[in-house]
Amino acid sequence: MMKRLNISGIYVLDQDQALDFYVGKLGLEVDSDVDLGFMRWLTVRVPGDPDHKILLERPGPPSMNEETAEQVRAMVSKGAAGGHLFFAVDDAHATYAELQSRGVELTEEPTDQAYGIDFGLRDPFGNHVRIAQLKED
Amino acid sequence: MSRAAEETNRRLLRARDLMDRSYAEPLDLATLARVALVSESHFIRTFRDAFGETPHRYLQRRRVERAAWLLRSTDRSVTDICLDVGFTSLGTFCRVFRDIIGETPTQHRRRGPLGPVPSCFARAWMRPIG
Repeated sequence: MMKRLNISGIYVLDQDQALDFYVGKLGLEVDSDVDLGFMRWLTVRVPGDPDHKILLERPGPPSMNEETAEQVRAMVSKGAAGGHLFFAVDDAHATYAELQSRGVELTEEPTDQAYGIDFGLRDPFGNHVRIAQLKED
Repeated sequence: MSRAAEETNRRLLRARDLMDRSYAEPLDLATLARVALVSESHFIRTFRDAFGETPHRYLQRRRVERAAWLLRSTDRSVTDICLDVGFTSLGTFCRVFRDIIGETPTQHRRRGPLGPVPSCFARAWMRPIG
């Protein structure tokens, strides 16, 4: 049976820009960045959490035709592509302040929830990222 | 769809995010259009093309959604909640709430508390349509 979630993916409109954002601003690290010829296989991960990688995939031919890719890009840019990422941190307020100082587009301030404190942001393309300081079990 | 259209979408999304975040404030078209980097008249049309409703309607539904959430999650009075979510008149609030939800704020409150879900999903999925 399945052991763990290994890789999950989101669509990004530009992989260099995605690296600037996810590594340069959010502080993730590159897991692999390989030019396979037919595609650039680009994954990132949270430092210290090597078991879960995020594939940053550029929608386009030949994996999908240009017309479909246009629709996917439109959905991403409307925030409707479903590429949600949820991260856990120790201190939501401190992380919020740090990301604010790095110029990240924050969409919701840290808010007390039943499950902890969390806030929201968007990547440069429209994908939604949520960061939570979860309550101890 | 060109890269320019994607960039327009992205800026419109930024204006929509502002409504989701600052619904309690007296947001006007000029402010939202500035965030989207388009003229006011162009903003209304392009926003509707992208998201299927006018910015005004989007904001109204966000305010009603937040009010519905507060009614079911807190003990605050209907008047306080009306002001909390950015309406300035109780009469308008009650009328718009009933138009959109199909019942009065007090009737809606009786439905009781909502289940635990990240607030962004509650907001996205509970913003009323129709």
